[in-house]
Amino acid sequence: MLRLDAFSVYRGPCPVVDDVTCEVARGECVGLIGPNGAGKTTLMRGALGLLPAAGESSLARLAPAERARAAAWMPQRREINWPVSVETLVRLGRTPHLPPGGRWGAADRAAVDHALARMGLDAFRDRTATQLSGGEQARALIARALAQEAPLLLADEPIAGLDPAHQIMTMEVFAELAAEGHAVVVSIHDLGLAARHCTRLMMLERGRLVADGPPGEVLTPENLARVFHVRAHYADTPAGPVFQPTETIR
Amino acid sequence: MTARVLLPGLGLLVAVLFLAALLVGPAGIGPGESLAALLTGRGEAVTLVMREIRLPRALLAAMIGASLGLSGAAMQGYLRNPLAEPGLIGVTGSAALGAVIALQTGLAGAVALALPLAGLAGAGAAVALILLLAGPRGSAFTLILAGIAISALAGALTSLALNLSPNPFAAMETMFWMLGSVADRSFRHVWLALPFMALGWAALATLGRGLDALTLGEDAAAALGIRLARMRLLLVCGTAASVGAATAVAGAIGFVGLVVPHLLRPLVGAQPSRLLFASALGGAAMVLAADIAVRVVVPERDLKLGVLTALVGAPLFLHLIYKTRREGV
Repeated sequence: MLRLDAFSVYRGPCPVVDDVTCEVARGECVGLIGPNGAGKTTLMRGALGLLPAAGESSLARLAPAERARAAAWMPQRREINWPVSVETLVRLGRTPHLPPGGRWGAADRAAVDHALARMGLDAFRDRTATQLSGGEQARALIARALAQEAPLLLADEPIAGLDPAHQIMTMEVFAELAAEGHAVVVSIHDLGLAARHCTRLMMLERGRLVADGPPGEVLTPENLARVFHVRAHYADTPAGPVFQPTETIR
Repeated sequence: MTARVLLPGLGLLVAVLFLAALLVGPAGIGPGESLAALLTGRGEAVTLVMREIRLPRALLAAMIGASLGLSGAAMQGYLRNPLAEPGLIGVTGSAALGAVIALQTGLAGAVALALPLAGLAGAGAAVALILLLAGPRGSAFTLILAGIAISALAGALTSLALNLSPNPFAAMETMFWMLGSVADRSFRHVWLALPFMALGWAALATLGRGLDALTLGEDAAAALGIRLARMRLLLVCGTAASVGAATAVAGAIGFVGLVVPHLLRPLVGAQPSRLLFASALGGAAMVLAADIAVRVVVPERDLKLGVLTALVGAPLFLHLIYKTRREGV
């Protein structure tokens, strides 16, 4: 799905992403974690070929149209520039699938309906997207990315600003996608949700990939202290893993 | 649902206004007689008026309006800003500068079509300069900055040309030309402008899908497979060819490219691709209507088209801003 090899992105002379090598396979829901400025966004944009980079990225090698069918990208900045309807917005996800000057097909319609239903937006279909609340807009934009139906989904802090129910719902959708054979890479600050819903976590520190594996192996007290400067409570409960940062370490 | 009525409705409006533009004029010929003369060529003087004066005038008004409306919609879509207009990238100012130089040097009087050709050269220079300044990978923001710089430079040089004018009559003539008009244009102007405009329209018409994707921002659009650099090249060249040609034959006609897309946007569900064609028709209708109005309202004073479009467009725009504010957007 995605393979990075000795992948670096430079801003000026300093590397923002520093020599990252990794591979994401079908069925994985990867949480990309790290403090602010660790290079999560830059890693994803670079991997997509939206930034000039050094090293190998299997996605950046593709032609733009081909890449758009291979990977969907949901940027952190939630831009909806015109007061279009939610349905129109979600339909934009079908852009890479339409042939030049091509007509809108049954598969496109089904993808849009499915994406709207998955994000609980059926009732919002005809509402003006710019008049929705921030969280609702975020869900509409996630639905847009889902409608693209690409094998790989890259999402940059998709659940920031959502209410708890929709945060959980969104993470469940991502986990479902992975279970269906897609791959998902999601940058996320809520380590608790990451621990519960991701099959794997990648921890970035100042551009370097410092830990990579199942949540229990990445969220160790040592890693948390060194990278995030926090102490946390971690417990395996009958309701699944519970993770809660408790205090900062100065 | 409105869209299904909108395009045929706008098309009909343009057709009716085009017909009206053919029938209104100081010669005071009856409508039946005018159309008969236009189609059959009977009645020498009337045929001459219809075929050499009114028909090219109406054609130019429609062509210029369509160019302004289409490029305005494309520009607003690309920059994701309802305040953008085709003149923003400096093409209008540069085309006007070229024409003013032709007028001031006397070239316009000496050589046939020197005036519009100089205007086209001005527009071409603006494109070269803007692509050089904004670079191949720059964002929409650098395009705006480059456009503002070029507009300012063209404006300053136009003022300089007026300042150094050899005599007051030349300055006066230039001033009047700059106000914008399609009066007293011939088929030579139509044939000169049409190829450039057609090329520009063709370039701008391909942008629909990319403009829609830009609703999500540049990053998301690029990830949807839209090639932004190519899009920008088509936008700049398409606008320069169509609006540059419009300015070269008719002077600067303001507010059409700004107001028409803004007016029609709610009627197409704000979707940029659907706004393109609607705005082209809307622009043609607005300029045709304005050109009829200058002949009907004050027939004896030669009111300039560009003055009227600004006079009507500015209050309309103020009203739109007021309405937008009331809706709390």
